[in-house]
Amino acid sequence: MRDYFYSLADDLAGRCTGPEVLLLGFSGEDSDFVRFNRSLVRQGGAVRQQYLSLELIDGDRHAKEIFTLCGEKTADLAKAEAVLASLREQLPATPADPFLLYAAEVHSTEQIGENCLAPTEDCLAAVLKAGEGKDLVGLFAQGGVYAGFANSLGQRNWFSSHSFHLEWCFFAKNAHNDKAVKTSYAGFEWSPEAFARKVADATEQLAILARPPKTIDPGAYRVYLAPTALAEFVGLLGWGGFSLKSHRTKTTPLLRMIESGATLHESVHLAENTREGLAPNFTSAGFIKPGRVELIRAGRYGECLISPRSAKEFNQPVNAGMEVPTSLDLAAGELSDEKILSTLSEGVYANQLWYLNYSDMPAGRITGMTRFGTFWVEGGKIVAPLNVMRFDETVYNALGTNLVALSHRRDFLPSSETYDQRSVHSSRMPGAVIRDFRFTL
Amino acid sequence: MPDKLESMLRSAMPAVDFCSMRYLRSRDEILTVRRNVPEPVQRGDDAGVMVAIRHDGGLGYAATCDLTPSGLAQAVRQAGRFAALTAGKSVVDVSSLAMPAPQGEYVGPEEIPYASVSLGEKFDLLRKTSERLKIDERIVDWETSFWHTAVESLYVTSGGGRVRQQLSYFAPAMSATANRRAETQTRTLGSLRGQCKQGGMEVLQMCQFKRAGQQLAEEALALLQADDCPTGTMPLLLASDQMMLQIHESIGHPLELDRILGDERNYAGTSFVTPDMFGTYRYGSERLNVTFDPTRPEQFASYGWDDEGAAAKKEFIIQNGVLRRGLGSVTSQARLGLPGVACGRACNWNRPPIDRMANLNVEPGEATLAEMIAQVQHGVYMKTNKSWSIDDSRNKFQFGCEYAELIENGKLTKVVKNPNYRGLSATFWRSLRAVGRKETIGVFGTPYCGKGEPNQCIRVGHASPACLFENVDVFGGA
Repeated sequence: MRDYFYSLADDLAGRCTGPEVLLLGFSGEDSDFVRFNRSLVRQGGAVRQQYLSLELIDGDRHAKEIFTLCGEKTADLAKAEAVLASLREQLPATPADPFLLYAAEVHSTEQIGENCLAPTEDCLAAVLKAGEGKDLVGLFAQGGVYAGFANSLGQRNWFSSHSFHLEWCFFAKNAHNDKAVKTSYAGFEWSPEAFARKVADATEQLAILARPPKTIDPGAYRVYLAPTALAEFVGLLGWGGFSLKSHRTKTTPLLRMIESGATLHESVHLAENTREGLAPNFTSAGFIKPGRVELIRAGRYGECLISPRSAKEFNQPVNAGMEVPTSLDLAAGELSDEKILSTLSEGVYANQLWYLNYSDMPAGRITGMTRFGTFWVEGGKIVAPLNVMRFDETVYNALGTNLVALSHRRDFLPSSETYDQRSVHSSRMPGAVIRDFRFTL
Repeated sequence: MPDKLESMLRSAMPAVDFCSMRYLRSRDEILTVRRNVPEPVQRGDDAGVMVAIRHDGGLGYAATCDLTPSGLAQAVRQAGRFAALTAGKSVVDVSSLAMPAPQGEYVGPEEIPYASVSLGEKFDLLRKTSERLKIDERIVDWETSFWHTAVESLYVTSGGGRVRQQLSYFAPAMSATANRRAETQTRTLGSLRGQCKQGGMEVLQMCQFKRAGQQLAEEALALLQADDCPTGTMPLLLASDQMMLQIHESIGHPLELDRILGDERNYAGTSFVTPDMFGTYRYGSERLNVTFDPTRPEQFASYGWDDEGAAAKKEFIIQNGVLRRGLGSVTSQARLGLPGVACGRACNWNRPPIDRMANLNVEPGEATLAEMIAQVQHGVYMKTNKSWSIDDSRNKFQFGCEYAELIENGKLTKVVKNPNYRGLSATFWRSLRAVGRKETIGVFGTPYCGKGEPNQCIRVGHASPACLFENVDVFGGA
């Protein structure tokens, strides 16, 4: 696929005339998806998609189109040439863009992932076997994901990754049938032993879910947010929290950090860690992302993510493509696994949070729900599953004044999202013990 | 759409129990002017085919953008491979499922074709509208935008079905953000592209696009000076651009039959509604009438047939407050043995159909807006969705709006900021006290309804009058 993209890029770059500059982008995937319900298959299939984008630049005018490729060179080249001609025709009617910025220095890179995937048939059989006698629901996805950049200046960048992601729930057979253990198994090479361990762990947790659930009254409680739950909470901040544009237009949920001197706990160090993430290190304008951008240092706001457009508008250097994190990294704390329950003592142990949104964005206040694998803890022991609760709490309380401790162990959490295409986002998160976390419903 | 394509699809069709091929091509254009500066034009041309095969009790699909004969043949092989893999292991007994064999064409409205207006004219219009938003130094960010999508599709089946559809989607947007130190307030034209409709440039007239800017900017400034929304249990009047979200989250999603069947439990969630409730359950007060209606041409999610070939038809989902039928496709209806609607929909050529809302509407009542306000001694009137969150069984919700006004002694008295409310779907609709008449109806929708594994983001439409609820838990900002 890389060679095909480069070949198209060579041909199309040669069609530029005079001062024209052409930027090309490629995105594609070749994926199998199998969806499960009640330990059987709901839907299974394959998706093959390839998109090429062309952005034609002439001085301070530019126009862009993205379109599907069939993979057959003559047909694709003819289509691309027609798009190029259409872009060229559009340019005179396109307004000049004062914030146009693209990489003028050539910096070619390649990140090529090896394909060690097991046949889908084998994985499907293993999942169905694991679900025998249980109520299993979830999605298995695997295959190749591809991205490329090229320009008429000679730059070439390629990214390919071959991964699988199984995300599933075992539902407990209790009175309400609404409690589940959710587990993810993701990687580049399926290991029957590793999968078996995940299944065994999840089966063990199912036993606790069979106990009668507890309902708590609204109020402030101690909570432990496991890494997957904390990833949801911190991940929401990615919605405008670290974008230079939202900082300069005062629409960031971290407005109080930049306007009123609000801070988080000094143990909070948050970064965009491209170097250790799963996403490509190049942007659609040809810039190479830095390995790491320090977003929050010791509880104080650090740097923003800066797209080429914002860089030009606000006169800052580029360090991102879109101004949303792709590889969030929250530093570990000192709380050992063995001390999590005793530190929590009495309260809510939440493995998953769900459907978070801002309830007062400028104040950094977030609402959301507890979901899978949430338990009530007493005397440092898990005693019962907890019925779902709504929380409504500010980031300044949860990760600031009320943060008790961050765990020493962190989990690496590849994103399971598949909107438009399989995501290559990921995060590294510890867990967090928080006091006086406000539940409202 | 070339005849050659149809012939290619027919030629590639294998000898199996059932096969469908759904071709879809979407051509997008997004134009934006932000802070009076035009942003680069974004265009897309996305085309592909979804092949679905049901054979020997198995069900498989394959999607491809390789529309050559060899590409289609490869997709057919892949779909056949998955049908074989899932035979005898499927949660759906597809062997006994009769799929529709629809025949026909549907062309949605486009009175003033989007393509009939030049790029320069569209940018001029956006720029002029943008300039009207900057009425004060405290307006720190402002934006106007068009998003148009022209979709053509062809659905053919091995049973002789053939449906061709052509739709024009138009989603304009406008926003003004005001700031003073640590206070920021934003007003939009019906939330996140909530004014989306099917049609051409006439959609701009429907949503008063050229005139809306000044008022939005003034309201954003007014919010900067406003007190927080009061806290307490009180009557709540919702404008139609918040009703759309209320319907969507707490009626639409819980009534999807695939949630009730458990398909979505790992991702989008389940439902507090159970199969035994259909026909008897009191979902809301007797004033509540909800219809599923993909036949209203101007609404965002209208069509002639769904993506499983079922013909679009208006159906009462809730009648006089009683739950009548769920939002389930041909497949889900057969699995549950319950009536449903034509709602087997896919977001694009690369995803299989699942149960989705299309247009889900609240039918009008008898009250004028003034009459509803006059009924309230102390309450709040909220407009335009800003925040949404609901639990995985679609029961415990909390929603926030951009703008609110206090109602005191039957009159709107002052603007209040950061309005939020929370409740339970299972009881909230029973507190419906008054439903606005036709004149209070707003037609809204969203291009961003997420669900499914693999994930799908789809268009939905919601038309609703303003509605008055009693005893709602209302509160303000931090």
